[in-house]
Amino acid sequence: MEDRTKQDSEETNGSSVLSHRPDSFGRYGRFGGKYVPETLMHAITELEAAFHSLAHDEAFQKELGGILRDYVGRESPLYFAERLTEHYRRGDGEGPHVYLKREDLNHTGAHKINNAVAQALLAKRLGKKRVIAETGAGQHGVATATVCARFGLECVVYMGAQDMERQSLNVFRMRLLGAEVRAVHSGTATLKDATSEAIRDWVTNVETTHYILGSVAGPHPYPMMVREFQAVIGKETRKQALEKWGGKPDILVACVGGGSNAMGLFHEFIDDKDVRLIGVEAAGLGLESGKHAATLTKGEIGVLHGAMSYLLQDDDGQIIEPHSISAGLDYPGVGPEHSFLKDVGRAEYYSVTDEEALEAFKRLSQLEGIIPALETSHALAYLEKLCPTLPNGTKVVVNCSGRGDKDVQTASKYFNV
Amino acid sequence: MAIALKSSCFFQVKKPEAGFPVYFSSKKAIIWVKRNTPVAAIRTMETVGLSETFSRLKKQGKVAFIPYITAGDPDLSTTAEALKVLDSCGSDIIELGVPYSDPLADGPVIQAAATRSLARGTNFNAIISMLKEVTPQLSCPVALFSYYNPILKRGTDKFMSTIRDSGVHGLVVPDVPLEETEILRTEAKKNGIELVLLTTPTTPIDRMKAIVDAAEGFVYLVSSVGVTGARASVSDKVQALLQEIKEATSKPVAVGFGISKPEHVEQVAGWGADGVIVGSAMVKILGDAKSPQEGLKELENFTRSLKSALP
Repeated sequence: MEDRTKQDSEETNGSSVLSHRPDSFGRYGRFGGKYVPETLMHAITELEAAFHSLAHDEAFQKELGGILRDYVGRESPLYFAERLTEHYRRGDGEGPHVYLKREDLNHTGAHKINNAVAQALLAKRLGKKRVIAETGAGQHGVATATVCARFGLECVVYMGAQDMERQSLNVFRMRLLGAEVRAVHSGTATLKDATSEAIRDWVTNVETTHYILGSVAGPHPYPMMVREFQAVIGKETRKQALEKWGGKPDILVACVGGGSNAMGLFHEFIDDKDVRLIGVEAAGLGLESGKHAATLTKGEIGVLHGAMSYLLQDDDGQIIEPHSISAGLDYPGVGPEHSFLKDVGRAEYYSVTDEEALEAFKRLSQLEGIIPALETSHALAYLEKLCPTLPNGTKVVVNCSGRGDKDVQTASKYFNV
Repeated sequence: MAIALKSSCFFQVKKPEAGFPVYFSSKKAIIWVKRNTPVAAIRTMETVGLSETFSRLKKQGKVAFIPYITAGDPDLSTTAEALKVLDSCGSDIIELGVPYSDPLADGPVIQAAATRSLARGTNFNAIISMLKEVTPQLSCPVALFSYYNPILKRGTDKFMSTIRDSGVHGLVVPDVPLEETEILRTEAKKNGIELVLLTTPTTPIDRMKAIVDAAEGFVYLVSSVGVTGARASVSDKVQALLQEIKEATSKPVAVGFGISKPEHVEQVAGWGADGVIVGSAMVKILGDAKSPQEGLKELENFTRSLKSALP
C-alpha cells in the first residue's frame, strides 16, 4: 500500500494533473465516484477510512509483506522472453526486447491474489467474518476462496452460470477450498450479473460482510484500493528493470477487462512520461461484429456497478452483453481510472480478437514453454502489431497476468491439439 | 380537497366542497362549481405533486398508499390499465419502475419483471408515450423509479423535461446517493420534478439529516437492510428510525422495501409514517397472473385490502 502522506505532499507540490487522483470523492476527472444504494454508503465510507488508516499501520504492512513473500511467492520474476524476442527480430537483426512480468507464477496462478490477500487482512481488521466476491474467469474467485481458507473466513463467490460452465476447473477449485459458489442465472449469466448479485448480497449483509471486489472497478474506494494493492507489480518491475538493464521499461503492455493487472503495472510509471502504457481489450469476434468487450474502444460514458466510466450500452442506457473468449475480459465496463487515462491521453488502448488471442496463447506456449491465460494472451497478441513498429532494443514489458491451465478446455475446442 | 374519499373503484364522484370543483376521477374532467351556479365550465384537472398530496392527506388524517409496478410487465397496455386500476382503488401516488438491465437495488421479483419487460422490447420512449396518454386520466401523481444510467444516457436535462411533459411529478433514483445528486436536483427543480431521496437503517443520523434536508416530495425510508422484496415482518427498528426522521424534518416520510401485507401497512402507519410503499408484492401479482385481466383483477383486490388497512 502506498504511503498516503507522502503521496499527498507530492500532490501538493506537483503540478501534474495525473497525480491528483482520485479526489476525495473518488473521482478520476469525470470518472469514478460512488453510485451505490444509500444502504452501502456507510460501509464504503468505513472501508475507505480503514484503508487509509492501515496505510500507516506498520503491523498491518509487515503482516501483508510477509504473506506476499511467503504465501503468494513474491516477488514475481521479470523474465526475458528470449525466443519471443527472437520471433519479433526483423530481417536486419533489429527488434525490441520482450520481458514478461511473471504474475502467473504467483500462488493460485494470477495477479488476483495480491489484492485478495490484502483485502482479506482488511476484512479481519474490520471485524467482518464473512466475505463475498464476484468472479468471471474464476481467478479472482479462486484467489478469494484461497485467502478465506488461509484466514478462516466464510466465503461466498458469485459466478455467472455460463462462466461456471466454461471455467469448471476453477469452480471445483473454489469448492475444494471451502467456498460456496453461487450460480447467477439473471441477465446474461456472466461477470456483470455476478457483480450485480454480489452487490445485492452486500446491500443485504453489509453489517457482517466484506465484499472483496476483484478489479479496479466498482464504487470508490475500490478502484483506488485495488490499484494500491496491485501496485506491487509495477514497483517490482521498476526495481527489476533497473537491476537488469539499468533503466526503465520503454513500453508496458497489459490486458484490460476491469483493468486491475494493467493498473497494477501502470500505476508506478504514470508520472514517467517516457514510458508508454498500452492496454489491450477484447475485440471478441471483431469490433464491427457487435460481439466484443472493447469498452474503452467502443463504449460510451455511463454508470455501472457504482462508478462512472466507459460502458457498452444501447441508446436507452441498457447495458449490452459483451463477448470475449476470455471470461475474465467479458465485462461491459472498465475501471474508471482507465477511462481517465484514455481521455487525458496518458495510456493507449487497443483491442485484439478472440482468434488473435488464441494464436498468441499457442505462440507463447510453443516459444517459451509458458501457457498464458486467455486474458493475458490478449496483451501478448498485441505484440504482433506493436513490435514491428519499435526501434531496436526497445524494452517491452508484458504483464503475464495469469497462467492458462484453466483455459485449455476452451482452447482445445479451437485447436486440433 | 382533491384527494377526498377514494373508497370505491373506477368511477366515483369526489365529494364537492362549497365553491370547489367536482371531479370525475375516471374521466379527468372537472365540472367547475361556482356558488349558486351548478355548472360553469369544464376543464382538465391539474393533478397535484407529491408533497402537496401528502399535505392534503395530512389535513384529513390519512396515510398515503403508494404502490409500485414495473413498466412493461407483462406489457405496456397492461401497465396503462394497472395505473388506472391503482388510481381508482385509492392509490395516493403511484411509483412506476423503468425497467433496467442491471437493477442492483432490486430483489428477484422486480429483477425478473424488468428482464421480462425488456425482453418484450419495452423502451423509454414507449413508456413515455403510454404515460402521456394515461397520466391525464389519473387523479393521483406518478413518480418514476429509474436507475441512473438510463437517465444519464438520455441527458439529465432532457430526461427531466421529457418525464415532465409526460405528466410525471416525481423521481426516485436508487443508485445515486446524496453526494452525487447535485445535477439531478438542479435539473429536477428546473422542470418541477420532485426528487425523492432515500435514507436507510445503515444511514448515520448526521447523514440522514442532510438527506432529508435535500429530499423533495417525501423522504423514502428504506425499512430494511437489503434489496427490494417481500419480507415476513417489518423490523421494529423502523419505529425508531421514523421518530429520528420526524425530529429532523417536517417533510412527509414514506416507508418502503419489504412491505407486502395489510398487517405491515397498518403497523407502519401506526408508527407514524406518512405513507407506505408496496412494490414487489404488486409486481408479483401481475407477473404470476395467468392473464393480464386476471392480474388486474387481483391487483384491484390486493390494493383494496391494503388500502383498507390504512387510516
